[in-house]
Amino acid sequence: MEHIVIVGNGIAGVTAARHLRKNSDHKITIISAESDYFFSRTALMYVYMGHMRWKDLKPYEDKFWSKNRIELINAYVEKVETTNQSLILVDGTSINYDKLILATGSVPAKYGWEGQDLNGVQGLVSKQDLEQLEKTAPNNEICPKAVIVGGGLIGVEMAEMLHTRKIEVTVLVREHAFWSGVLPDGEAKMISRHILSHGIDLRHQEELDKILDDGKGNVRAILTKKGEEIPCNLVGITTGVKPKIDFLENSNIETDKGILVNRLLETNVKNVYAIGDCAQQREAIGLRKPVEAVWYTGRMMGETVAQTICGTPFEYKPGNWFNSAKFFDIEYQTYGWVFSNKNKKEYEEHFHWKHVNDKTCITVAYNKENHTFLGINTFGIRMKHEVFDRWLNEQRDIDYVIDNLRIANFDPEFYKHYERDIKKAYAARA
Amino acid sequence: MSTIQRDMSLTGQPPASINLTQKLGTALGVAALLVLLIAVFNVNFPNKTLWLSLSLGGLFAGILIFSYGAYADKQEGIKNDGVWFKSISSRGFLAWVAGLGLTGFYILLYFRADLLGLNADGANTGLIALFDPLSNVLSGGPASQWFVYGTLYTIAILAFGIKFMWKYRHNRYERLRTISVMFFQTAFAFLIPELMARLNSDEFSLPYYDLKNIWPLNYYNFEQYRVDDFISAGDIGLALLIFGIASIFIITPILTYKYGKRWYCSWVCGCGGLAETAGDPFRHLSDKSESAWKIERWVVHSVLVFVVVMTTAVVATYLGDNPDKYWLTKDVFLISVAVFLTLLFGAIWLFKKEELKQDARYGAIGYLVIVLALIGIHYASGNTLFLIPAETLRTSYGFLIGSIFSGVIGTGFYPIFGNRVWCRFGCPMAAILGLQQRLFSKFRITTNGGQCISCGNCSSYCEMGIDVRAYAQKGENIVRASCVGCGICSAVCPRGVLKLENAATDNRINSREVLLGNDVNLMDYLNQK
Repeated sequence: MEHIVIVGNGIAGVTAARHLRKNSDHKITIISAESDYFFSRTALMYVYMGHMRWKDLKPYEDKFWSKNRIELINAYVEKVETTNQSLILVDGTSINYDKLILATGSVPAKYGWEGQDLNGVQGLVSKQDLEQLEKTAPNNEICPKAVIVGGGLIGVEMAEMLHTRKIEVTVLVREHAFWSGVLPDGEAKMISRHILSHGIDLRHQEELDKILDDGKGNVRAILTKKGEEIPCNLVGITTGVKPKIDFLENSNIETDKGILVNRLLETNVKNVYAIGDCAQQREAIGLRKPVEAVWYTGRMMGETVAQTICGTPFEYKPGNWFNSAKFFDIEYQTYGWVFSNKNKKEYEEHFHWKHVNDKTCITVAYNKENHTFLGINTFGIRMKHEVFDRWLNEQRDIDYVIDNLRIANFDPEFYKHYERDIKKAYAARA
Repeated sequence: MSTIQRDMSLTGQPPASINLTQKLGTALGVAALLVLLIAVFNVNFPNKTLWLSLSLGGLFAGILIFSYGAYADKQEGIKNDGVWFKSISSRGFLAWVAGLGLTGFYILLYFRADLLGLNADGANTGLIALFDPLSNVLSGGPASQWFVYGTLYTIAILAFGIKFMWKYRHNRYERLRTISVMFFQTAFAFLIPELMARLNSDEFSLPYYDLKNIWPLNYYNFEQYRVDDFISAGDIGLALLIFGIASIFIITPILTYKYGKRWYCSWVCGCGGLAETAGDPFRHLSDKSESAWKIERWVVHSVLVFVVVMTTAVVATYLGDNPDKYWLTKDVFLISVAVFLTLLFGAIWLFKKEELKQDARYGAIGYLVIVLALIGIHYASGNTLFLIPAETLRTSYGFLIGSIFSGVIGTGFYPIFGNRVWCRFGCPMAAILGLQQRLFSKFRITTNGGQCISCGNCSSYCEMGIDVRAYAQKGENIVRASCVGCGICSAVCPRGVLKLENAATDNRINSREVLLGNDVNLMDYLNQK
């Protein structure tokens, strides 16, 4: 029986622990300084909005962990000493491990702005971020105005959250449309219009210059690069996240942006693995980025590393890219690769269809030479993961995909169908 | 900014106040309720028709104005902002006031209708007299406490139904389902039985019959007075009696096989109708814990056994002993019930044993033995029916289950325990349909590959307390006896993961080690292991 220690109780670490328990009798310990129990980070916004309570975020009842003999320790790991296979906690205690899984996740990425450490400047990644937000922005009397810097998925979530407490929100986006580094223009612009329609002051091609203080260490306003001063009590930093690896600085574990791992999710040090947001593939897998801060990749790495540690080595081989999100009222799903106008591959061509309601659209990417289907983005229409995964593996051509869209539909019963409109538009395209 | 509610230090001070339109709606609704309350205190309104119209119209309009204020200026989409901050929907002060008020009303209704103005010997007074004009128009007779209740019930389903459709106006499944419950309540539960009463005369009398109210929910359907009425009412009565029996043995199994129990529980049923409309703001209050699920299984199936034993006993009392007079004697009936239950049990055991959990197996065997033993004892000993007189069984069922459970606790406690407490823990009809849904149905909620992010909206808003997330995050179909198919889990899912479907029964109950999206070899390896 080995002692397997997991640092981090997010989806990656917890999935690893669950699968380790299913497949072995090892002693399993999870250490986290964030929360006593695993919670769903993706649902932090719903607590602030009053849709759910904190306890509703926990996917497992508290008794689950002891029942499955998974020991939980609420502590901060300060140092990893790989030479004698031990961890040093912040209170000085040390814990020995036989195998170590690092699953420490991410922290908000800040880019050295003046004033970025003032009170009232924060991201939205951890439980502590949510607690901080409740202090800084409990209501629109204490916090009448907020500025969010960066237009990604966390940015739009934060805007929606603050909006429910009737706090005025300005969002600064560097690009000409929301998330247009990722979404093709037709979609990005539609999302921009939708965000604006909710009364969010969304500003395109605006960047943060510095954050101004009120003389007492609190945020007073921000200054944009164009020189405009926008008064605010809260600055939401949602310009992306970066791996949480600072505690490894003086260890032997090799890091770059994240903790470098091979395809077996092993680091350069024996018996030390890294999974989830904090891991960085030495070589990118397919078109995926070397560091992927996505819920399901964390889960999949956890599933994979558990097999490897239990004696059936499996390489981490994520299948076709997919993801989903929600922008206020518009649901988004993606399967395969659809790149933005800026990042489009030279062989990639798009077919874009948008409904007049300005809330429903799809973009299908295909190879312009051989018409192979590359990927699809859908807004306001739910699609079946299984069907697109299969079509991508079978390398179907775009005609086949458009003809059979109905099979892939996953909308609730009685919903309006758009396949006919889409087919017509596809047939009529120039 | 009136209240501060701290939930594990994670919530601050959200805007929980209501806007001007909502205040107007509230004022109108409360004024209308006040008229009814004054009537309870025996104030004799001069023009009853006018005051009743004003009061009922005011209630209806008040609810609509409130809904307009709540949703008119909002875009289509999920409207759960502040649900856990508002006093009424987070077990706050208003929730307790509403809960206790409703509970009090139910106690008067079931046990002290005289205080509401019911007068069996002369003219009604008080609240019930206020409803006499409407009752006269419909059935031609004076109102009873049940007429008052039925009217208010129907108004609640209609007005809150419109509110619900407004709230979910982007969701066609929810809209159609709500139109359906509004129709069945108004036509089948309210108007048709009243109008049927007009057909009654001295020679011809049909029992008050809400056709969609099927035994065992309608536990009194086969009591002697009703069966006598059915039989004495000639062909129509006989047709109704046969319909009542066919409903439970033929119609419901077919529909439940095709669509799951939702066709009844969230499209037709009156209890479900109220829960889905007036009860909607309380759906998140249901208990999601595993222990609650366990209690649910034992309690609801015990109620089912209770109603089967009670009905068998009651029917047996009025059947004769002499086979020459009528073929269906007491003995024939009791033996048939025993044979039917044994065959049913045997079939489930033979074909579906693997799908039953350990405690379900113990429970099924235990209950079968008890029921057969009771029938056996009766058969051997002759006159003591099931050890307890049938009449005692019937009255205790009516009191404990029919009144206390379904009314006082089931509806009175909406704002505290959630809106489906009766349906989940007490309804024997739901128990039967649930068994069918779990074992013989095409219905399931499917999950969408690897898209689940375990956020928990689905579980939070499941009125039946199903931990939907536990299945979704494993990529497993949700096939639960209790699921009433309201579709809200699918609606609130931010990632498009859940879908209610009727499809082939193969692989309906599935479980996966690893979700779609991971290495194909790993998925194969683990799923075949």
